[in-house]
Amino acid sequence: MPDGKGGYFERLERTRVWRSVFRSGTGSSTLHRALAIQQNLFLHLFSTKVRRRMLGFRATWYLGALTLGTFFILVITGILLMLYYHPSVPQAYADVKDLKFVVSSGMFLRNLHRWSAHAMVLLVFAHMFRVFYRGAYRPPREFNWVIGVILLLITLLLSYTGYLLPWDQLAFWAITVGSNISSAVPVFGDKARFLMLGGHQVNANALLRFYVLHCVILPLAAVLFVAVHMWRIRKDGGLYVRQSEPARESEPQPEVPATDNKEVLVGKR
Amino acid sequence: MSENKSTPPITEQEISRRAFFNKLGMGSLGVAAVGTLGFTYRFLSPNVLYEASPIVNAGKPEGYPIDSVTLDVNSAIYLVHLEEGFLSLNAICTHLGCMTAWKPELGIIACPCHGSKFSREGQKLAGPAPKPLPWLKTWLSDDGDIMVDRSTTIRPFEFLRI
Repeated sequence: MPDGKGGYFERLERTRVWRSVFRSGTGSSTLHRALAIQQNLFLHLFSTKVRRRMLGFRATWYLGALTLGTFFILVITGILLMLYYHPSVPQAYADVKDLKFVVSSGMFLRNLHRWSAHAMVLLVFAHMFRVFYRGAYRPPREFNWVIGVILLLITLLLSYTGYLLPWDQLAFWAITVGSNISSAVPVFGDKARFLMLGGHQVNANALLRFYVLHCVILPLAAVLFVAVHMWRIRKDGGLYVRQSEPARESEPQPEVPATDNKEVLVGKR
Repeated sequence: MSENKSTPPITEQEISRRAFFNKLGMGSLGVAAVGTLGFTYRFLSPNVLYEASPIVNAGKPEGYPIDSVTLDVNSAIYLVHLEEGFLSLNAICTHLGCMTAWKPELGIIACPCHGSKFSREGQKLAGPAPKPLPWLKTWLSDDGDIMVDRSTTIRPFEFLRI
């Protein structure tokens, strides 16, 4: 869109306040659109340019993006649930009951949190299978695969720690069984269980420790590793495309229409 | 070279001032890191636990008729009265820590989680449990009450005879 003619948004973009926040300048030139990505703290993790067909459904099935989407839902609903939930033995179960029967939209938020958590685990596995069977874990992306495995573990630990918080029979015995599995580790298994539970039984200390892990430590770790994960996609040459592999003479290269393989810019407008 | 003419060149045995301070700095950081690890470990291990006492008063022996198996769910112990005498078992399954249950119609102790089965003397009959249910130290107090120490296991078939 040419400058100077536009409507309200174009005028807004030329204001001093806007320019002080977004320094990439106005205009839809290649340079400006690239700068809009590159000069933004959050967007600079991503590539300034991607192939158009890598944005299509077929390239990735959007599994990584959907995983991140469920994580955002979990953060937002989780923060809201924290406003009604007390991680203490006399109150935890009653608070969960209150969320279900007393708090407006409490049941909706709790179920959204629960189903998103299930979906996130499912999507993480689907994402990993997809990456594995496409061979997208191979060099130079092998480190990003390792980051992905760490993110899988963080996801499972988030599920596990969240499981105790309703403080019902299912939660209590599931964590009893799970923590006893950890004590099967040779030498320091019992000590690890003691540190995890903050005692010898699943009790008040365990509830509080799992709450802090679930609401603070593990989400922060997840955000950190997700940032590295995204940034490494760019550093490792963008999303995996089969054409980026060295051509083997015996193997005919798949034909891609020229228009389909053009690089496009993703940015403002 | 930035070396002053008056300073002699550094021989192999000597180290430069910069290398010395690097080693000193990295060494102190290492010591501090080890200290922090120890500090964190000590902090995360609770020194005082508000858990139930391991010693349980199970009441008078008359409350347990012969050939009876009684589960106290709060302390997770079985008090079993057989011909040979009294015994106490830890009711926590040796597989993964679920609480077992006495099945009077089958005459066995069964775990609801993964299906382990034990006899009323704690011997393993079936299931994934790796070990029998441990016998707990059991004695008669001066007041004539049966006392059980959940933290002390004894050899099997050491009955409390009254």
